[in-house]
Amino acid sequence: MATTEEVKKLASLARIRVADLELKKFTGEFDAILAYVGQLEKLDLPKGSGAQKPALRNVMRADGEPHARRAYTEKIAEQFSAREGDALVVKQIISHD
Amino acid sequence: MTKLNELTIAEAAKGLRAKEFSVRELWDACVAAAQAKNKELNVYLEIFDADEVAIAAAQKHIDDEGEKAPLLCGIPLAIKDNLLIEGKVVSAGSKMLENYRATYDSTVIKKLKAAGALFIGRTNMDEFAMGSSTEHSAFGKTLNPHDTNRVPGGSSGGSAAAVAAHLCIAALGSDTGGSIRQPAAHCGITGFKPTYGAVSRSGLIAMGSSLDQVGPLTKTVEDAKILYDAIVGVDPLDSTTITNGLYPAYPTEKKLRIGVPRHLLGDGVDADLLAAFDAMLEKLKAAGHTLVDIELPMSSHALAAYYVIMPAEVSTNLARLDGIRYGHFKKGDTLLDDYILSRTEGFGEETRRRILLGTFVLSSGYIDAYYKKADAARTVLRDEYTAAFARADVVAFPTTPSPAFKFGEKSDPLSMYLEDIFTVTANLTGMPALSIPMGLVEREGGKLPVGIHFTAPHQAEERLFALGKAVEKVQQS
Repeated sequence: MATTEEVKKLASLARIRVADLELKKFTGEFDAILAYVGQLEKLDLPKGSGAQKPALRNVMRADGEPHARRAYTEKIAEQFSAREGDALVVKQIISHD
Repeated sequence: MTKLNELTIAEAAKGLRAKEFSVRELWDACVAAAQAKNKELNVYLEIFDADEVAIAAAQKHIDDEGEKAPLLCGIPLAIKDNLLIEGKVVSAGSKMLENYRATYDSTVIKKLKAAGALFIGRTNMDEFAMGSSTEHSAFGKTLNPHDTNRVPGGSSGGSAAAVAAHLCIAALGSDTGGSIRQPAAHCGITGFKPTYGAVSRSGLIAMGSSLDQVGPLTKTVEDAKILYDAIVGVDPLDSTTITNGLYPAYPTEKKLRIGVPRHLLGDGVDADLLAAFDAMLEKLKAAGHTLVDIELPMSSHALAAYYVIMPAEVSTNLARLDGIRYGHFKKGDTLLDDYILSRTEGFGEETRRRILLGTFVLSSGYIDAYYKKADAARTVLRDEYTAAFARADVVAFPTTPSPAFKFGEKSDPLSMYLEDIFTVTANLTGMPALSIPMGLVEREGGKLPVGIHFTAPHQAEERLFALGKAVEKVQQS
């Protein structure tokens, strides 16, 4: 059983605010969804399953072939919530006190 | 004569080469149809202005090279709103990205541009591709052209409805748990999800990175292959793309063994839909293909595994959206408030629900019970499919348990999730899968399309195209 406190905690971890009314609704729905996916807990799987290496591996490549300087600068900076020149403006998080 | 917007890619390419009509006339016919119908159906979130340079270039390419020009040259396509086209808004159906302009072309768009294809507009979708009805778009629902009281399916519902209503020649979508194939089935068109890694996802707004694939929604199987051939291939910008021959080669025989997991087709499937499925199998048998009984026991748990793995990946992928560098921004008192307010305002209800679910299944104390178990079940499922492919060339079942449902009918999340019960297996295993119309069923006096679904081994796409064409052929006879 999920509790409203648990859902509130999850929301805070996910950087989301859930209104009180929605909290109740989400908690109820969570119970139904978790009851459904909970069938996995009872599943008896052969030993070692899940430990196989996938056929597809992460591929590393050497650095190289950089794009031209400033090719994307303006396009990216245009999307900033606040900017000073090419810099992204954010709130000060270290205080000098 | 068929109207120009009603043509398939193959027909339009032929007509352009024979100079029966121009690229401009084809574009105008598609855009006029899109503009006339869009108010009613809400298929397109934006219909683009004509790109005169691209239209002229495509016409010149065809005039100069004739048969040698790419088949997609001058063909107007609809693009799902989660694929980046440089300079255009790409919102993923979310308020979070309502004003976000793509800073580069996704690789599939780059390839289509190189082939001379044209883009009519961006199509509606469930927010961040999460949903099976397009009801979760922040910009209103899309209506099913076959019955406007019903959903077109989702999440690529806009692309599917655009193709079905002939508001484009063909479309691209993305498929994480059935988001191409399920709307294709509900709208009576062809939908194809390639092998995981076959098509680059550079420039696709990510949902579940171990599941997502880009693929075509088309009027015919031939068209699906044309679009697929244009977008397939290794991409240095997506290290999960695969080379030819990564998996063992499977020959495509003329007559195929069709594996049918009868044990999965019990109570949950509508009787008339199952009858249409059986009738199609009998027709394929009469055409020389063989039916084989197979068992895929882990499939019964596939949806549960999917609804653990997918939200886990969703919560991780969407963590990047905080309003600071791009996307919806709401100023608060502290930096943390900035994040919380921007995310709370920017994300819709279903997105928030899945982020919370994902956060839950990944949290300490639950990760073993849910995520790791789901991952293990996924491996077993994949092994079962591989074993089944020793006896059968493809696996068949209906794409969905029911035809398109009415708006609001699946208001509780779990009943909506059950829409994906058949399609998720191909995403969990990474295998290619195709949905093709298999007939019509009657609901409240109207006729609704239903789809048959085939899965093939990794990189055995050709088998699906061959069988898909066989389905089209037996329907015509």
